[in-house]
Amino acid sequence: MESPEELAAGLDGAGYLPDGGVATAAFLALRMGRPLFLEGEPGTGKTSLALALAKALDVPLIRLQCHEGIDATQALYDWDYPRQLMHLRVLETRGEVDEASLYTRRFLLARPLLQALENAPCVLLVDEIDRADDEFEAFLLEVLSENAVSIPEFGEIRATTPPLTVLTSNRTREVHDALKRRCLYHWLEHPSLDREVAILRRTLPGLDERLARKVAEAVGQMRGLDLLKPPGVAESLDWARALQALGRTEPDATTLGAVLKYREDADRVIGSTIVG
Amino acid sequence: MTEACVGFTSVLRGAGLQCGPDRVQAFLRATEHVDLYWAGRLTLCADPDDLPRYDAVYRAYFGGTPPRPRATVELDSMTVGVAASDVEVLKHKDISEFDAAPLIARLRPLPPRRRSRRLRKARRGRVDLARTVRAMIETGGEIALPRHRRRGVKARRLVLLIDVSGSMAPYSDALLRFAHVIAHAMPVEVRTIGTRLTRVTRQLRERDPERALRAAGRAIPDYEGGTRLGDALRRFNQQWRQRGAVVVLFSDGWERGAPALLATEMARLRRVSHKVVWANPHAGKAGYEPVQRGVVAVLPHVDAMVAGHSVHALEELLKEVRRA
Repeated sequence: MESPEELAAGLDGAGYLPDGGVATAAFLALRMGRPLFLEGEPGTGKTSLALALAKALDVPLIRLQCHEGIDATQALYDWDYPRQLMHLRVLETRGEVDEASLYTRRFLLARPLLQALENAPCVLLVDEIDRADDEFEAFLLEVLSENAVSIPEFGEIRATTPPLTVLTSNRTREVHDALKRRCLYHWLEHPSLDREVAILRRTLPGLDERLARKVAEAVGQMRGLDLLKPPGVAESLDWARALQALGRTEPDATTLGAVLKYREDADRVIGSTIVG
Repeated sequence: MTEACVGFTSVLRGAGLQCGPDRVQAFLRATEHVDLYWAGRLTLCADPDDLPRYDAVYRAYFGGTPPRPRATVELDSMTVGVAASDVEVLKHKDISEFDAAPLIARLRPLPPRRRSRRLRKARRGRVDLARTVRAMIETGGEIALPRHRRRGVKARRLVLLIDVSGSMAPYSDALLRFAHVIAHAMPVEVRTIGTRLTRVTRQLRERDPERALRAAGRAIPDYEGGTRLGDALRRFNQQWRQRGAVVVLFSDGWERGAPALLATEMARLRRVSHKVVWANPHAGKAGYEPVQRGVVAVLPHVDAMVAGHSVHALEELLKEVRRA
């Protein structure tokens, strides 16, 4: 990839319509070998950008979903204890207990971070990092800055080429600045009207242009309504799908459940003139 | 060009962005690959709050319009040295010495607690296969007593909402100092409430209390203005997505907006929070009756109402928080 425009075309081909900022951010992440830290409202396409990058670059995608309490044995590596025990029994019967033979690659279970280092070039998606805790951030930082892990009993595993790492956050918690400093930071916004229409039509091939525009317009207006949970692109896609399935030609109130997930929000929208 | 870029980063630092040397270096490297605006925005910003500041400084420093597609990131308040035009009375109050300051600085707050999902070594609990097998390998395959692990204890998130309107003016300095002390003892989120909601968490992270308070003072545009508690809480509810926090609201309950809105938003806040405590400076005074409209609206939706007018009252509040 020689320019942000070229990468944008690649992403386009992978079914993701990026704006200039997204393409520039991803291009720079590739060029500088830095992780890309994506923040934005839910449904602005953070995760799907990582999926599309893997497709556009034709490399595997390795995904790590974060949650509270996630630790090294779930994210990085673990030893295969049952197999080690079996092996130990075999050694015992032969009377040759050799501890070193228990800590070899075949007893090592690679979790997503280690998989990414071993399989690079690849795209590593660390999804919803804000759900993990500080302890996890600390060791993630170590892996990302070194592109290597050192396993005490085994040795170091280093990536030949650094994986393209994409971290996403919904900002339920502020991620430590030390981690952000290692990354390029990009804030994703809701797409413009035209882009959203294009995204709808790209993702749902049979969708009528007029209906797509109406859905995008209505969703755009909803985002300005100060709702509890403003709909993202994922919601407009769901809505368009629902309308398509029912053979509707206009967005209507009966299908609002696809876009709005709070009763208060639905009341608000029904009270407005957005849907008929 | 490099010099101009470095100058740009120092102006950004003045506007409150945290661009240390490593970020500046990344910025300079990035300019070799993409245009100046994006090179800076991707490497020097770290928070949506940074973006409008970055744009304003970019405009002032390099001239022209930032080629940013659209600006939908709305901020409750921002202060940039270059562009500060707001209809409201932006009072950049110089925070003067407060008598209680040394006493407040001596408080030693302890965080509220909750069960963590992270497993730690323990004498009882679930079997820790990793440690058990390790023990077996160490003894050459002898059966080992099972080792255990269980969930630990973690600091529960604390949120301080501080009313800095005119009627709370005699307390706001002391309360911000109080918030500063807390901010250096546990993870905390601090916002001030007036006619707007302002996030001062980052300003209070500065270790020196005087500098932290000055920074916070500069960030708050509506010092000693009116109060629109309901509106401010609604904004807070929209932004705050973390469940299970302990929320402390410092306010006297003088509300200029509609009490119905205040009640709705307090109820909503309580639904997502572990505990909501209201610290009211007047509540500690003799003959106090909760009659203000705001107070009446809020009372059904708080777990506890405590005083907040003296250092002693603040100590009591800290105990309440610790117990939460």
